[in-house]
Amino acid sequence: MSIQSCVTIINEWDIVAARQLGRNVAKELGFGIVDQARITTAISELARNIFLYAGKGQICIDKLNEGGKVGLAINATDNGPGISDIRQVMEDGFSTSGGLGAGLPGVKRLMDQFDIESSPGDGTKIKATKWLR
Amino acid sequence: MDFREMMESQYRELLENYSKEQSEQALYSSQKLSRKIIENKVSPEEIISLHKSLLIEMHPEVPDYVLHSFDVLLEIMIAFGLAYREHQSLRHKQEELRSEMEIAANVQQTLLGTKVPEIEGLDIGAISIPAKHMNGDYFHFVLDENNNVSVAIADVIGKGIPAALCMSMIKYAMDSLPEHRKGPSYILENLNRVVEQNVDPSMFITMFYGMYNPETNILSYASAGHEPGFYYNAAKQEFTELIAKGLLLGVEKRTKYAEYQKEIFPGDMVILMSDGVTECRTDDGFIDRDTLMGYINKYIHLSAQEIVNRVFKDLEKLQHFQLRDDFTLIILKREV
Repeated sequence: MSIQSCVTIINEWDIVAARQLGRNVAKELGFGIVDQARITTAISELARNIFLYAGKGQICIDKLNEGGKVGLAINATDNGPGISDIRQVMEDGFSTSGGLGAGLPGVKRLMDQFDIESSPGDGTKIKATKWLR
Repeated sequence: MDFREMMESQYRELLENYSKEQSEQALYSSQKLSRKIIENKVSPEEIISLHKSLLIEMHPEVPDYVLHSFDVLLEIMIAFGLAYREHQSLRHKQEELRSEMEIAANVQQTLLGTKVPEIEGLDIGAISIPAKHMNGDYFHFVLDENNNVSVAIADVIGKGIPAALCMSMIKYAMDSLPEHRKGPSYILENLNRVVEQNVDPSMFITMFYGMYNPETNILSYASAGHEPGFYYNAAKQEFTELIAKGLLLGVEKRTKYAEYQKEIFPGDMVILMSDGVTECRTDDGFIDRDTLMGYINKYIHLSAQEIVNRVFKDLEKLQHFQLRDDFTLIILKREV
């Protein structure tokens, strides 16, 4: 079961809107302030990637309830250029060495589950989930 | 009690003590707790959150603006926490690479291993120390059925892994040359062809090849642009350069190498080296070849192996124990 709400990312203000949406949902689900901050940081990072590299995309927040387990999923999708070497962008130090922030490995660390699908010309789809403990 | 509970109670205690009395003791205890917190991989944002909640609990009258300020701090510290964890993971990776390199260095030692031959009348000493893990210098001895001792010393321009990989090829090229007619110039001409065909054009190899005949006491040798060796004349007690001309291996396919000969008398020595020996840098610049001769002269009464060992130790010390290039020194000494 999941209920979804989305924010379209076109400019930098939309990143704030996506964070706000994520924080509201996280609060509502009962996440503590530390996890709220982690979820919003992950959203920021994914939304920034859309804004910087794809130009346009969407951040959707799902409320999850799977067999009594409550969680929050961030879905980031875009039709941008895609990533040719996923292994490389998932490597520590690759995207962060230029001071670009947490990078995808950072998002993975902040969340409990992380899934990425991308190929050149086909855009990128990322799903990152955090479960309420 | 798990670590988090223990941490919470200790943190609470520290805050209480410190708000009563701002003592150095309390701060020192905080420092000690911080080490345990890091050891247990608690992230900085969790500490901020703990701090905030303890503050509310202990001082319900804390103004809202103070509490709100923690939200900003928390957001900032998340980035620090991530940077720290990334650093940890990179450190772990570096550790993995280091151990992989160590294994590679061992494999190289096995691949390139050579035994210093023992023959009557000739005392041989050899040392080869890599500047990094892998050695780009190479030396090899062959004792043939006529008791001729051949010695090869080579240096790849460059050091580290690429140089080491290149050396393995040289070794196998040498092993695969036909048994008969292994004169120094013939060998260099053959290796030159192998290197020219197989090695990246930006990579060059220098090599000295010598063959000592214990019957005639004649050393035949040829050089492919290698650092010149020395000949020590025991009767005159003087060092002269062992001059041999020849192009580096891998430059031109049809290079010919001239063969030189030198008669070796009792007590005489032949000293071969890589440029890591002469390019040993000290505070005053490179050591000159005379200085090097001085070091060898100092130990000249010792066995060949003792001489090379001690010269290495002295030069290592001179460079403050930091080798900039691979170091190889070989001494052949005709026994008196």
